[in-house]
Amino acid sequence: MISLQGISKSFKVARRAAGLRQAAKSLIFREHTVVEALKDITFSIGEGEIVGYIGPNGAGKSTSIKVMSGILVPDRGSCTIKGYTPWKERTAYVGHIGVVFGQRSQLWWDVPVIDSFQLLKDIYRIPPDEYRRNLALLTETLDLGGLLETPVRQLSLGQRMRCEIAASLLHGPSVLFLDEPTIGLDAVSKLAVRDFIRTINREKGVTVILTTHDMSDIEALADRILLIGKGTLLYDGTLQQLRGRFGTERTVTVDYRGGSGQGPLVVEGAESVSWSPERAVFRVDTGKTRIADVLSRLSEQAELLDVAIEAKPVEELIVELYREHRI
Amino acid sequence: MRPYLSVWKLRFILGMQYRSAAIAGIATQLFFGMIFLMIFQAFYSGSAAEPPMPLDRLVSYVWLQQIFLSLIMLWFRDNEIFQLITSGNVAYELCRPCGLYSFWYAKLLGQRLSSATLRCFPILLIVFFLPKPFRLSPPASPEAFVLFLAALALGLLVVVGVSMFIYISVFWTLSPVGSTLMISVAGEFFAGMIIPVPLMPHWLQTVAGFLPFRWTADFPFRVYSGDIPAGEALWGIAAQLVWIAALTAAGAWTLRRALRRIVVQGG
Repeated sequence: MISLQGISKSFKVARRAAGLRQAAKSLIFREHTVVEALKDITFSIGEGEIVGYIGPNGAGKSTSIKVMSGILVPDRGSCTIKGYTPWKERTAYVGHIGVVFGQRSQLWWDVPVIDSFQLLKDIYRIPPDEYRRNLALLTETLDLGGLLETPVRQLSLGQRMRCEIAASLLHGPSVLFLDEPTIGLDAVSKLAVRDFIRTINREKGVTVILTTHDMSDIEALADRILLIGKGTLLYDGTLQQLRGRFGTERTVTVDYRGGSGQGPLVVEGAESVSWSPERAVFRVDTGKTRIADVLSRLSEQAELLDVAIEAKPVEELIVELYREHRI
Repeated sequence: MRPYLSVWKLRFILGMQYRSAAIAGIATQLFFGMIFLMIFQAFYSGSAAEPPMPLDRLVSYVWLQQIFLSLIMLWFRDNEIFQLITSGNVAYELCRPCGLYSFWYAKLLGQRLSSATLRCFPILLIVFFLPKPFRLSPPASPEAFVLFLAALALGLLVVVGVSMFIYISVFWTLSPVGSTLMISVAGEFFAGMIIPVPLMPHWLQTVAGFLPFRWTADFPFRVYSGDIPAGEALWGIAAQLVWIAALTAAGAWTLRRALRRIVVQGG
């Protein structure tokens, strides 16, 4: 449904060194460097997928989103989404997509939220029935009751972001681009937004492309990850595959009573990371030793009060990926 | 049409919120109107030659300028659009199934009309009751009044057409200061906002005739006072229509060019 073929985009960036002399020099002779924001990006996304689009700052995530939403014209390559080329048939195309830019606002600052919504209703020519239905659904799932009559400037960031997301979905788009939708949100709002994304994906089959720096967003939502760095696509696969690739290693933390009392607990196949008379932490390679074996050996030695088994956090996996690709 | 009407309406509602700005504006405009009139009156009484425009017509000219200031002034601008461009929020405007040119055009019309609605009636009321030489006279004739309304409305479309270029230029310059200053200084001069066009030397009047600016203010105000007779006014309205067509076509084309090379600023 979404397919990108060899998309490239470069920007010309003016630069000069600091200082008065350099500034004067740049009046006459301006140096430009060409920054290749996207280099030959190719991927395709099927209907109803939730795809996490990740990468360090400046990797080209937002640029890709802008190309896919028809705002930027790439230098080379082709892109087809729902049968449209975004930048060529922009006005016909954008009725099918919703876009949320986490760092920007589409609501009118000085008027109540509902006024902006009414305007969007007319802009997208949403039939009154559909508008009422969508608004009711969004109000309920994003918990907007009471916010709609408030001027935007008086909303908190979390409240505003929920309204922004609602604004992007009023016209019932079948593709949703989210560019850092959870930036700056507190835990409650974040969970509400995630829940909502999952709901519309499941119930309405909306395809979601999500960029974020918050790996817990990815973990909670994305079936598939696209990793981009320095403008190139570096990884395309599921989170599970990524996990498998970078580690079968688990951290096992046990709280216990008893034991030999003196030295650390020693378990075959588990490497001791830290130890105290109440708590011990082990590293286990599940490719070689089964967790169950480790636990049964531990319980032979001491009375286990609490056990926690953790996979390597996604953050660390991503950092390893970055390191692997030297970005 | 619906989206454009809707954005016009919202901008109008928004503009109607700014009451204190309107009150301050009314005071300023009355003050400037009086100052201009006193200067011109002094010139007129000190001059032996036959003035190119009688004083009572000049009085209407100056008061109408002040009353409809927000419809004709080029410096009257929507900072929000500048911010949209320089901050990159224009990204959202580009995700809408509308032509950006018409969308902004409607927005600007709404802003100017709301401001004019708030300001024009109180000033109108006051200047009709001022003591004699400063009083605003009624329109020359009913036909003149109807033609004046048409000319003023079309003049507004010309102003917005010109001001669109200021907004579009920001895609290149990233700062509205230069283009606003240049276009508004030249524009206001040739619209007769500083010296009424009939009082200019002939060669300058010819220059003004070739530019769009005098069709925004000078022309409708002289139709009001009968300085331009009805027959000539119809030709003027035709000229306004030509200018509107030319300005919007050129503006839309330039905006399309700007969007092709757009760099959405920031993250």
